Formats: sequence, C-alpha cells, structure tokens
Amino acid sequence: MTVQTEPDQRRPEVAELEHAWHERPSLRTWLSTVDHKRIGRRYMVTAGVFFAIAGVDAIIMRTQLSRPNNGLVTPEEFNQLFTMHGTAMIFLFATPMFFGFGNFLVPLMVGARDMAFPRLNAFGYWVFLGAGSVMFISQFAGAAPDGGWFAYVPLTDRPYSPGRNLDVYALGLLFLGVSTTIGAINFIVTALKMRAPGMSLNRVPLFVWAMVGTSFMVVFALPALNLANAMLFLDRRFGTHFFDPTHGGNSLLWQHLFWVFGHPDVYIIVMPALGIVSSVLPGFCRRGVAAYPLMVLALVTIAIISFGVWVHHMFATGLPFLSYSFFSAASTLITIPSGIQIFAWLATMLRGRIIAGVPFLFAVGFIVNFVLGGFTGVMFAMTVFDQQVTDSYFVVAHFHYVLFGGAVFPLLAGVYYWLPKFTGRMFHNGLGKWAFWLVFIGFNTTFFPMHVSGLLGMPRRVYTYPTGLGWDPWNLLATIGAYVLALGLILVATGVVQAIRRGPAAPDDPWGADTLEWATSSPPRPYNFAVIPQVHSLHPVWDERSREAMATGDVLAGHRAVLTSELDGDREGPVEMPESSLLPFAAALGLLFVVLGLLWGQYWLAVLAAFAVFITLARWLWPPHRTPEEAGVAREGRAP
Amino acid sequence: MTASPPPPGTLRQATRADALATEMPVGRTRGWWGMVFLIATEATVFALLLGSYFYLRFQSGRHWPPPGIEKPELTKAIIMTILLLPSSLPVVWAERGIRRGQPWRLRLGLSLTLIQGLLFLSVQASEYATNLKKFTITTDVYGSLFYATTGFHGFHVTIGLVMVAWLLAASLRGSFGARHHDRVTIVALYWHFVDIVWAFIFMSLYLSPRL
Repeated sequence: MTVQTEPDQRRPEVAELEHAWHERPSLRTWLSTVDHKRIGRRYMVTAGVFFAIAGVDAIIMRTQLSRPNNGLVTPEEFNQLFTMHGTAMIFLFATPMFFGFGNFLVPLMVGARDMAFPRLNAFGYWVFLGAGSVMFISQFAGAAPDGGWFAYVPLTDRPYSPGRNLDVYALGLLFLGVSTTIGAINFIVTALKMRAPGMSLNRVPLFVWAMVGTSFMVVFALPALNLANAMLFLDRRFGTHFFDPTHGGNSLLWQHLFWVFGHPDVYIIVMPALGIVSSVLPGFCRRGVAAYPLMVLALVTIAIISFGVWVHHMFATGLPFLSYSFFSAASTLITIPSGIQIFAWLATMLRGRIIAGVPFLFAVGFIVNFVLGGFTGVMFAMTVFDQQVTDSYFVVAHFHYVLFGGAVFPLLAGVYYWLPKFTGRMFHNGLGKWAFWLVFIGFNTTFFPMHVSGLLGMPRRVYTYPTGLGWDPWNLLATIGAYVLALGLILVATGVVQAIRRGPAAPDDPWGADTLEWATSSPPRPYNFAVIPQVHSLHPVWDERSREAMATGDVLAGHRAVLTSELDGDREGPVEMPESSLLPFAAALGLLFVVLGLLWGQYWLAVLAAFAVFITLARWLWPPHRTPEEAGVAREGRAP
Repeated sequence: MTASPPPPGTLRQATRADALATEMPVGRTRGWWGMVFLIATEATVFALLLGSYFYLRFQSGRHWPPPGIEKPELTKAIIMTILLLPSSLPVVWAERGIRRGQPWRLRLGLSLTLIQGLLFLSVQASEYATNLKKFTITTDVYGSLFYATTGFHGFHVTIGLVMVAWLLAASLRGSFGARHHDRVTIVALYWHFVDIVWAFIFMSLYLSPRL
C-alpha cells in the first residue's frame, strides 16, 4: 500500500518551509533545539542508557542470589543495588521512555508541527538528564539511595540512615518531578489545542488518549510524592518532625503520601504502553481496534479509579479493617476496565487478518504476560492473601509481570514498530524475531520461579539466604533466565544499532497503518507536515477524503502551526511557533545547581542559582516590544 | 423532526440536542491551559499539605496544638486575610482595563496588588518574629506543620509578586493592549489561586484549632 500524501518537495512553498524550519548542525543548535522529534529521540536514548545501567544492577543482584551464602557483594552494596534498580526503572527509565515516545509521536499523530510549548519541552529534557545524572553518579560515588525504592520511614529518617544517600533520593526525585510535571502539562495542552482541523475528540488516536490519561494522573498524583520527599528532606536536614512519632509525627503518613502517588504511578507507567499496543495492532490486524469508545472509556476509568486503591499497598500496616474492605473492592473493580481492553485487543485480532511481524509478536507477548500479572494482582487485592505473601518474592514476581510484561513488552513492540519513523531505516526481521523469543523465554524463566520461591517464604530484598529452605533451584533458574533475558535485550539494542548503520531506507508507511505519523516522510521533516492535515475519520491514512485533503491542500507557510478548538477540533487559526533558544538549557543548568547546593548543604549556592533561574525565566517569558497600534492601546475617546 | 426551532434565548433552545453538542468557540490560548494545569497540580500540593495537617492532628492525641503551645493568635492572621483576599480585585480591574486597551488601568491595578501583597508578607514576617520566640520548626510536629504550610504559601505569594512586578515592568514598556494581553490573564489566574489558597490555610491553621 503506497500512499502519496506529501506534496512535491520541489514546490517553492515547500522550499521556503524548509528554510524557515532549518537548523544548521552545530553545538549551539544541539543545545538550543526545540524540535519535538530531536527531544523525543534524546529522551528515548537517555532513558535507554539508564535502563541498561539499572539492568546491570539487576544482573549483579541475580548473580549474587544464584546460590545460597554467596559473597559477591556486601549487604550495603546490595541495598544500593536494589534501591537504585527500582528507583531508576520506575522514575528514570519507564516514565521518561514513554515521554520520549509521546514527545516524538503525539504531535505527529495529531497532525501538529510541534508540541504546545516547545521550549518547555526542551527544558523538561535537560532537567530529566540532570536529575538522572545526579542519581546515577551518586551510585558510582557509593552514596546511592539505599532505603528501597519506596524509602519507608523511619528507616530512611536521619537517625537510621545518616549519610547523603537518602538526600540524593529526596532531592533527585523532586528535581525529576519538575520535568515530569511540565512534560505532562505539555502533552495535555498539545492534545487539547494542537490537533489537526477536523480531529474531534472521537477521532483522537488511542495512544494520544493514553498519553493524556497518563498526564492527568501525573498532574494530580505527583504532588503527593513531591510533598513526601520535601517533608523527608526537611526531617532529615532541618530537624522537622513530620514522620517522627516521638514528637507527634506519624511514619504512616509517608506510606499514605507515597502510595497516593505510587499506585497511580503504576498506571502512569502502564497506560502509555496500553496505548502502544492499541497503535501496533491495527497495522498488523488490518483493521482498527475494536470498540474504540469503550477503549477510551476504559483509559479514563483507570485514570480515575487508580486514585482510590493505594491502601492495598498497606494491607499489612494494621489500618482499620473497614478501610481494607473498601480498598480491596476498589482494587478488584479496576480489573473491569483493564479486562475491557484485553478483550477489545483479542476481538481486534479475531476479526482481523493477522500479519505476525516483530512488533505484533511483542504485543501478543505483552497480552500473555500482562494477564498473568493481572491475575496475581487480583490475588493481592484480597486482603487475607496479601497479608500472607506481602514483602515476599511473590510480590517481586507480580510487579515484574505487570511492569516488565505490561510496560517493557509494549515498549519493545513500539521500538520495532516506529523505528522506521524514528530513524528512517528498517530493522533486520530475523534478528528481531530472535530477540523476541529470547526476551519472552528469558523473562518468564526469570520471574515465574519467583512466584514459587515467594510462596515458599523467601522475603524480598535479602542479600543472601541459607541453603536447605527449598529456594536454591528456583533462584538458580531465575538467574539463568536473567542472563537469557539480558541476551535478548542486547539483541534488541544490536538490532536498533544495525538498523541505524546498515538498515535499508524505510518507506513512509511500511506497515500500511492508520494514524497520521505514517502520512509524512520517514524520518519526518522538521516541520512534520507541509500541508496541515484535514482529518475526516479515526483512521485518516486509511480514509480517502483525509488523504486527498493532505495531497491537494495548501502549504502552511512560515514557522507556524495551527490551533484548533478543544473538543471539536475546529480551526482557530495559525500561530507563530517559538524559535530555538539556549534559555531552556540555562534554566535547567541553574536548577541543577539549586539541587546540588541543597544536597551539599551549600545553601548560598542554592539561593544564588535559584536567583539565576528566576532571571532566566523572566528573560524567557519577556513579551516582545509592540507599538501601541500593534498591542491595541485605545486612543483618547475611541476603542482600538 | 420538522418542528420549528424554539425562539432564541430560551431554555428550550439552549438545551436542544444540537445546542448541547456544539462547541462554543471561546479561544482559550495554550498559555491559559498551561496555567490552569499548573494551578491544578499546585492546588493538589496544598490540598495534600492540609490533608497531612489534619491527619497528623487527629493521630496525635487529644490536645491540639500540643501542650506547651498556645492556640494560634488571630489578630494578625485576620489583618493578613483582609490584606490578601481583596487583592484579586485590582487584578481583575486591571485585566478588564487592558482588554479595552487602557494600559493605565493595568499599571495602577498591578501596583495596588503589589502593595497589598508586600504588606501581607510584612505582617507575616512580624507574625513569625513573635511566634518563633514561642515555638520553632523543630519544637514538635505542630511547629513543623505551621511553618512549613504558611512558609510554603508565603513562598507562593512571593513568586506571585515577582510575576506581578515583572508584568508591571513589561507594561511600562508598552507591550500590552486590547489585542495582546495573554500574559496578563495568565498572571491574574495565578494570583487568584495564591489568594484563594490563603482562605483555606486561614480556616485550617488558624480557625479550626479554636473550634
């Protein structure tokens, strides 16, 4: 299926457009670019590097646990390993990786030329890079967080955790929170205002809905984590008593705040992955995802119910039983919208004509693993069962099925699916299939045995264990699986590098898929679409009228994009888009010094740097000079 | 469906299916939406902070504030409320002025707000000076909550004032008029937010311990 949707490159309007959006390659433009595609690729590469480092942490842990009484690492090192593995995978890999996908894809899918706030987008990336670097460098300095990824007080409070480790955790996550919050707001506003004319809310691709749902959860959930970390830092550094029961504080407050964030965060991570699956299936089943309105409703419902289930992480803390019943019911309820999605995907496959490409394999692998993770999830929603296996390896098995099975499998499907669009190159199919089977078998060999060792009583986070408890074979099996899994992931990385270096050039639409990113070149030009698409259906690339509108429409000239109305996507008019700028980088650098000043206790540095950030922001947002006529100032006695 | 359309301006006309299904163009800008969501996330922080206040208060035993600390002094807090709550009015007046292309109203309104905000902060400083002699942030959890909550709000007032001052400076240079006033609308939104949050803090931290 070849579609001619791009107007001829030689047309003078397009040449003028190329000129208006061109960035000369140099260090300066590298630092100052606001192109959502470059920023998106950076997010993905950086998050990929963090994934690799946190994966090495995991391999070291699995090696240590391969046999009883092993002495590869000390208990202190092991504490840092599992804390950094969890913290990095959740905060520095999963969310930023999906934000990278969203950054690249959301503007393309809605037919826009960039995000709503391109400079803020660049700022978000630099802040993420700074926060991630601070946290990982602390690991090499031996001062990495070591209180578990959820950092429960009182263990993490001053008397029990002296040293800088937990200060790195609190400040690093606060710093990162800036990036995540503004990224989320950017996605919401992009989806509200930047959609192509005609893309009313019932024609928005499911991936965009998923990113918007995630972003809404970030806006309302992340404050809880930020507040908890601010209180922890104040407790540790300035002697406040929020979590200190001897002075009227309460250590359960930490758990409440953490999980008020932490449970929505599971969906913050998984929801974009669900969106990826919904994007991949149409191309490989040759039809749209079944029950689109129900799919959208399911995403919105999950985003709302996810705020009402946090206490199921606290079933063993001795809260009143009535609250357990409520949260147990809510946790069971959330399986309904998740189930709707699973059945809609199955129906899509059942009613479609399947082409088993590599992205499709990963999508099916996701469904298998995610259902298993969901199954143990329902078990955990039952208070009595939860109290038996909490903090055992059964939990470790469960959340790896949900997070690796539910988020990383779709992510890999997405990597293969959009690699042609990201890089303009095709990947090697055979290598991809090998990678899939190694990852699938390795994953299940690693994590399935943990169900068993958990039921046999093995607690999580132990650095070693004595022999004779029946845990030895399951641990050895898990370690072997971990190496197979690592090999599979290395094959994925090899496939990506091979495609970039030697892969054949990708066509614009290699899968014959339905969404707008396939209606532009691979990789897209800096302005994305010469002609702003006019959308007539949910599947614009499959729809004759939308295609024809793109092929014959007028080129929108200049460094401009089109704004549309929030609900119906009615055209409101073109707006000038911001030029590239060094200010976002400068502001992020300033913020980095605020964090370092606080971390080292050099408060003068923090204050000075905060002042520099304010100056940069004031400069950034300073309005352009206008004559009274331009601004619309009233003359004496008459309206402008 | 051949019935004649109901007369315009009636309830029946406004609730017809096509009227309900049609989006009225309002022309919200990207900046406006961005500020709305920033306020949403910040309001959540304040809600959680006040939630933590009540959680710790009701978990900590019968006496609140804990023995040794007297109930919060109301006089200065009432003065602060009287200063801050009406400070949104000059902003509204200024914003309406610039919509009509009258920069003098913008400048005058913003200056009034700036003065009210600065007065609020100075009364808060004097309140802190008195209170710090009695209890500090490290005395017990009441002190931690009191200073963290009011301090965090004071920080927001400061940020709001910086924004108002910045806007005032930009308006003196003549960038705003009937056609260009996005930044005025956005700063006004933020200031209203900072203002309204104080009402909740006043009721929770100052009034509720006296109930």
